[in-house]
Amino acid sequence: MSPARRLPPAAQALIDGDRRALARLITGAENDDPGAREVLRAIYPRTGHAWLVGLAGPLGVGKSSLINALLAHLRSLGKKVAVVAVDPSSPFSGGSVLGDRIRLDRPPDDPGIFIRSMATRGHAGGLARATREVARLLEAAGFGIVLVETVGSGQVDVEIRQVATTSVVVLVPHLGDEVQTLKAGLFEIADVFCVNKSDLPGADRARRDLTELASLGSVDPGWRVPVVATSTTIPSGIPELWQAIEAHEHYLDSSGKRLEGERRRLTQEILALAESRFVADLSRDPSLPRRVEPVLARRIDPETAARRWWQERRKGRA
Amino acid sequence: MPAAKKQPPIRVLIAKPGLDGHDRGAKVVARALRDAGMEVIYAGLRQTPEAIVQAAMEEDVDIVGLSILSGAHMALIPKILELMRKERSGRIPVFVGGIIPDEDARQLRKLGVKAIFGPGASLQEIVKSAKHLAGRAS
Ligand SMILES: Nc1nc2c(ncn2[C@@H]2O[C@H](COP(=O)(O)OP(=O)(O)OP(=O)(O)O)[C@@H](O)[C@H]2O)c(=O)[nH]1
Ligand SMILES: [Mg+2]
Repeated sequence: MSPARRLPPAAQALIDGDRRALARLITGAENDDPGAREVLRAIYPRTGHAWLVGLAGPLGVGKSSLINALLAHLRSLGKKVAVVAVDPSSPFSGGSVLGDRIRLDRPPDDPGIFIRSMATRGHAGGLARATREVARLLEAAGFGIVLVETVGSGQVDVEIRQVATTSVVVLVPHLGDEVQTLKAGLFEIADVFCVNKSDLPGADRARRDLTELASLGSVDPGWRVPVVATSTTIPSGIPELWQAIEAHEHYLDSSGKRLEGERRRLTQEILALAESRFVADLSRDPSLPRRVEPVLARRIDPETAARRWWQERRKGRA
Repeated sequence: MPAAKKQPPIRVLIAKPGLDGHDRGAKVVARALRDAGMEVIYAGLRQTPEAIVQAAMEEDVDIVGLSILSGAHMALIPKILELMRKERSGRIPVFVGGIIPDEDARQLRKLGVKAIFGPGASLQEIVKSAKHLAGRAS
């Protein structure tokens, strides 16, 4: 006779669609609160089916405007959709101005939409540390589609692949040295290319260039990266952008790549979580100050000191 | 870094209800609060009371700051306070910046506004008050 597995009350409220409970739990996940941890543990088995669509790309290319247009489109299709918009924290004050909401207007009484702004709080890679956990909370609350906007530094937003099932890289005509941006890693993360601001001159050219680049091969040889031209001001290309995203999600299912991607993401997530524990543990090791001295005196080099430390700890465990 | 011991940042919503067209003041305040280590959700111009209350809830903020210059404060602010109570956000402290006559200010305080800043208020004053309202007075 096993007792019925009761969910923690906050988890039950979340699943029942209590938006305030959702908002509080997101804060808890960001702050690494024990209560939110417990809820995340409880809901985990129910998650893993949402479409997590990442929008990455340089500053000001129109990521928020595109999300705004996609919101309207997805609501017209009857889909529930959540948005997580990430902006950088100041390395000096730790504070942040989160401004993506400015571009997002929607009927305030629509329960099919939930928007949350997050600061990176020192986390590198264009996302906040808790982005994955926040996405799980949103999924458990019934949002089958989660749109994630990265900070927009362009070069370092590679972590979107750690979260998103489909990554959209947004560029604009005449981005300056576009090829440079692509070299810096955006090319490797794109499942879909979007040339936004296609109302501006040079859009056709940009689209052709990208299509050519995309045909050189993507990270996944089975997927041909589509290039979609959009404009949020006209507007145009929004249904086509969504179709391209949907096609990629369907490709993931039909090819078995969804599971493969999830395995890769979870491997990375466990590694990162374990790493932060190891690092915390190491930095508390009382032998650390003593290990620095011979390095400071130039008797051994840092690498040797680190290797010896590691070996001694391994022996200590054996 | 012993990040675990640090207090999480104060989250504050800065919004501008009503129809007046510029938000320089609100932006300056937003930046000052950021420089004091807060996470400022900046909702922008011409927000309806409903949208402001919705944003405060979704963003789970500790405080709400309203900037209003249009003179429509006596129509908009009581509406926002009322909606916040209805949406179970009644305990989130609200402060207001703008040109507000003394008599109106008295009335707004009675309705629940926690602090009011006129055009002469210093940024330090506003930051200090925001910390205090968020329960983090130093
Ligand atoms: N001409 C034109 N302008 C656009 C288009 N989409 C967005 N913009 C403008 O581009 C500017 C930036 O738009 P956002 O949507 O805030 O861009 P973003 O990529 O989210 O910006 P960050 O979050 O700051 O990186 C705004 O002034 C928009 O009005 C478009 O399709 N055409
Ligand atoms: Mg944006």
